[in-house]
Amino acid sequence: MARRRTIVTDYLARVEGEGAMTVKLDGDTVEHVELRIFEPPRFFEAFLRGRQFTEAPDITARICGICPVAYQTSAINALESLCGVEVAEPIRMLRRLLYFGEWIESHALHVYMLHAPDFLGYESAIELAKIAPEAVERGLKLKRIGNDVMTLVGGREIHPINVRVGGFYRVPTKRELRTLVEPLERAREAALETVRWTAGFDFPEREVECDLVALQWPGEYAIERGRVVSSAGLDLDPAEYEEHFEELHVERSNALQSQLKGGGTYLTGPLARYTLGHDRLSAGAREAAAEAGLGSECRDPFRSIVVRSVELVHACEESLRIIEEYEEPDAPAVEVAPVAGTGYGVSEAPRGLLYHRYRLDADGTILDAKIVPPTSQNQLAIEDDLRDVVARNTKLDDDALRRLCEQTIRNYDPCISCATHFLDLQVERT
Amino acid sequence: MKTVVIGIGNALRGDDAAGVAVAERLQGVACEEEPSRLIEAWEGADAAVLIDTVVSGAPAGTLHRFDASEEPIHARALRSSTHAIGLAETIELARALGKLPPRVVVYGIEGESFDAGAPLSPDVEAAVIRLVATIEEELCTSAP
Repeated sequence: MARRRTIVTDYLARVEGEGAMTVKLDGDTVEHVELRIFEPPRFFEAFLRGRQFTEAPDITARICGICPVAYQTSAINALESLCGVEVAEPIRMLRRLLYFGEWIESHALHVYMLHAPDFLGYESAIELAKIAPEAVERGLKLKRIGNDVMTLVGGREIHPINVRVGGFYRVPTKRELRTLVEPLERAREAALETVRWTAGFDFPEREVECDLVALQWPGEYAIERGRVVSSAGLDLDPAEYEEHFEELHVERSNALQSQLKGGGTYLTGPLARYTLGHDRLSAGAREAAAEAGLGSECRDPFRSIVVRSVELVHACEESLRIIEEYEEPDAPAVEVAPVAGTGYGVSEAPRGLLYHRYRLDADGTILDAKIVPPTSQNQLAIEDDLRDVVARNTKLDDDALRRLCEQTIRNYDPCISCATHFLDLQVERT
Repeated sequence: MKTVVIGIGNALRGDDAAGVAVAERLQGVACEEEPSRLIEAWEGADAAVLIDTVVSGAPAGTLHRFDASEEPIHARALRSSTHAIGLAETIELARALGKLPPRVVVYGIEGESFDAGAPLSPDVEAAVIRLVATIEEELCTSAP
């Protein structure tokens, strides 16, 4: 008779926010796997109803303290496309720079503070700091420079207040932006060092087989704009997103899980971006990726830490290029007159695709809003991966299996705080 | 002696905003997410006074005081933190890196409601006012 065991942990550390996971095992058979997300039922979608469309960037920025720029950008993309507005190139470049600041901050935090301890056998970044303080300090410095970029362009390091539909309230001067050159050059060196460091970790061999979905734009490693493409050949305007992806309400959770329409799991985030767009990375990032042994695709969730490190190099190099080429625009923003109808916007948050949809009336009042965060989109893929990881490792003792499950979840850098709030972990063997 | 006052919490999540409310009244620093940036906020300070919301089962508005200058805070006391790296962990991270001010005091305000968009609950609001007075007094008596 199969041995029945129950393992319970009530707190899953080192993810953004809190959530819950349960794995049920009967001997070597995985009976059930679920990642529970307790979402304050779409508070922000309700909160947006009845507000002016111009308030959407500031309101949605409050959804997440780690990726406010992602929320602002997807909101602005949706509203500007509905209202028929194209912003000047320098404005778009500043948005990209602001977004890179967020990528640098978020990736540095995840790579160094949350994820690296898993590979090095430490319980936390605190232990890592005792053994390898120079590594942790490098991570904090990188993160700090990301904050500095966000402060200069966004007006504030979290929940940037300088962003508006149509542009910015105030744009930086060339001289102000140049103060970021020296820190960003240091950040690039630190990012290259990060790639070398993470590439040296031990990786179990893993591959996820689901569809990969990311933004794509000619000549760019798409971040603040793009079409939605997939490894299976989808190539969609953001307005077509809901024709191909759907959200399911799951009984056990207030959150919604995304899937391909008609069934099918997909994954967004670093692995998808790299696999679908690595040839558009900056030169130094491509070189660093090659040296780290990344090929033309990466479907290994454990190696997402290397891909994030490569994206750090890209973010620093592209930020430097933007600053170099920056010319102050004639005006910080264009006036945007509201248009009745529905607007759709997407962008690449650090942890994956973020979709927004807004319906406005003629005076610019938001009639309804829909926000699909990356973690909701990735949830089924995370569960599938977890099921497979557990099935292959049933011989591990409870503690080792729990650690492996936690690491499996952290591979995806889930931002449960933007999809939800409270998390606790349970592994049950029955 | 340079002292920084830092409030931690999410201003849009009910009682989670208590620390931020205290810091604002004392012209301190608000840290609305992700405490690892605290290490920058207290850089060069002789003392840091930190305020966060806690959930320990005590009545709402109960004030807790921890001196973290020499020893770690029992992390469970602050486990209600929804931040990626919690406050107690951030203090220990800074200690390991030699980046902790010589004196660190943490005040916890017991919260009860964390609904999105809700105001501070009345007992927590009252505790915010009490704590502002307490910290003002502490700052005065510890001044050189």
